[in-house]
Amino acid sequence: MIDALLTDLTVFILAIFIGYEVISKVPVILHTPLMSGTNAIHGIVLVGAMLVLGAADHTLTRALGFVAVILGTINVVGGFFVTDRMLLMFVKKKGPKG
Amino acid sequence: MHVPALSPTAIRVAYIVASVLFIFGIKQLSSPKTARNGNLIAAVGMLIALVVTLLDRQILSYGLIFVGLVIGAGIGAVAARRVAMTAMPQMVALFNGSGGGAAALVSTLEYMHLTRTSPHVPTDQGVSIIVGALIGAISFTGSIIAWGKLQGVMTEKALTYPGQKIVNGILMLAILSLAIMIVGGSAGPQLFVVFLCLCLALGVLAVIPIGGGDMPVVISLLNSFTGLATAATGFALHNVVLIISGTLVGASGTLLTILMCKAMNRPITNVLFGAFGAGAPAGKGGGDRAAAMAGKTVREVSVEDAATILSYSKLVIVIPGYGLAVAQAQHTIRELADLLKAKGVTVKYAIHPVAGRMPGHMNVLLAEANVPYEELYDLDQINSEFERADVAMVVGANDVVNPAARTDTSSPIYGMPILDADKAQHILILKRSMKPGFAGIENELFYDPKTMMLFGDAKSSISKLVATVKSM
Repeated sequence: MIDALLTDLTVFILAIFIGYEVISKVPVILHTPLMSGTNAIHGIVLVGAMLVLGAADHTLTRALGFVAVILGTINVVGGFFVTDRMLLMFVKKKGPKG
Repeated sequence: MHVPALSPTAIRVAYIVASVLFIFGIKQLSSPKTARNGNLIAAVGMLIALVVTLLDRQILSYGLIFVGLVIGAGIGAVAARRVAMTAMPQMVALFNGSGGGAAALVSTLEYMHLTRTSPHVPTDQGVSIIVGALIGAISFTGSIIAWGKLQGVMTEKALTYPGQKIVNGILMLAILSLAIMIVGGSAGPQLFVVFLCLCLALGVLAVIPIGGGDMPVVISLLNSFTGLATAATGFALHNVVLIISGTLVGASGTLLTILMCKAMNRPITNVLFGAFGAGAPAGKGGGDRAAAMAGKTVREVSVEDAATILSYSKLVIVIPGYGLAVAQAQHTIRELADLLKAKGVTVKYAIHPVAGRMPGHMNVLLAEANVPYEELYDLDQINSEFERADVAMVVGANDVVNPAARTDTSSPIYGMPILDADKAQHILILKRSMKPGFAGIENELFYDPKTMMLFGDAKSSISKLVATVKSM
């Protein structure tokens, strides 16, 4: 148990530094798409939702897991779609200018 | 239907690939040229993670999962397609809230799974479950309140009531005691549900005393909360991809929140808890200002005069605010700018860091209207140019040009860096009425002798300017 926890903690701490390093270079103009894009990425919680729903064996846990999967999917699909819509505008506007 | 299960090793490798794609994706978001690609890369990472999860042998039944995926994808896609660019902040809030809700539910289910036989849980998983449920629940209800405030379904004002601090304090104490009981193994499913409900209540109570103007900061913070809640569920399930992705988002959300607060020159504590105790002096200051303004008059200008001044300028700096977006006047303002450019006028756009309702929101709205990227300037880049500008044209912006931020220590926006519109030769303000802005503060710039007010809906005013400039 302690091994698994220490591995998780190592990953966690390194991810904080990576997150900070990668993100601190984003210009202000892209902050809204960034917020929206990272918002989509935390939709990865859907992985957890699918695992708990897949293993659920009661009506109540199935119902809650079902809701979790729906919420997680909204987060993922909505998040990526809306970010793409925003970013498309940056690309589109670059086009006619050459 | 028989679904072949992948080996746990293969799944873990796929999770590593997904994590790398997320990091690459966010990195590519750092440049406008590669940003769209970055979002696609992250989406591919997500797809990989989701597909291999479906092939995990822990999953015993697929029916409900597929139905849930289809329903969720339908809702998400339709909402994302239909939302107007102006309503983007509240849409992001809702998507964020869904993620938070999912994290809270996953933690709850993991708790119920672990406690099927006895209420005892391993300490590390117990703590992760508590953190995931707490932060996820706060993010869920907090995001819904943030959505409500921005969408106008509830008051934008900071809601305070007597004894609010005491109520919140008792609530937090109750949550803490229940958390200790749950981790200690002396609780059960019933008490966990009580715990979850209290966390949901905390999300509501924490956000209602924050004014609508500060909602972008709140959404950004809740975005990082959901990330951390996701990471916590990763600890509970010992799932690396959840930990990495959740933590990346937690770090980015925190950084963004700090940047936004810096742009307003306010510490985060002031944004979150400013409504407590600060209400009385700010209200008094506001009253004094209103009294001081009462004796002054504003100068109204006709469309013809405004058009003439604009046409004969060398440099016009446009200061767009949320009002421009609400009036859907982005395209019209670009049309006006094109006409002026044809007459040899240089047009630049000054974008305040908190223009619009999220950092960079105004850039997105102007990009939607095909305003060239190169004409958009940050506060630092443009402020020295106002002295040389013939006209500072303020469209639907208010607080970001309010000189009170420089001089009036009693003003709630004191210390916020502003765009120096008052240094231009002429100040042309397009405004619907004399109503104060989002922050509810009087603006002495309107009474400046150099200021001309053009009242009316921004879109129709600019359309009239376009027609007049064309005919000249």
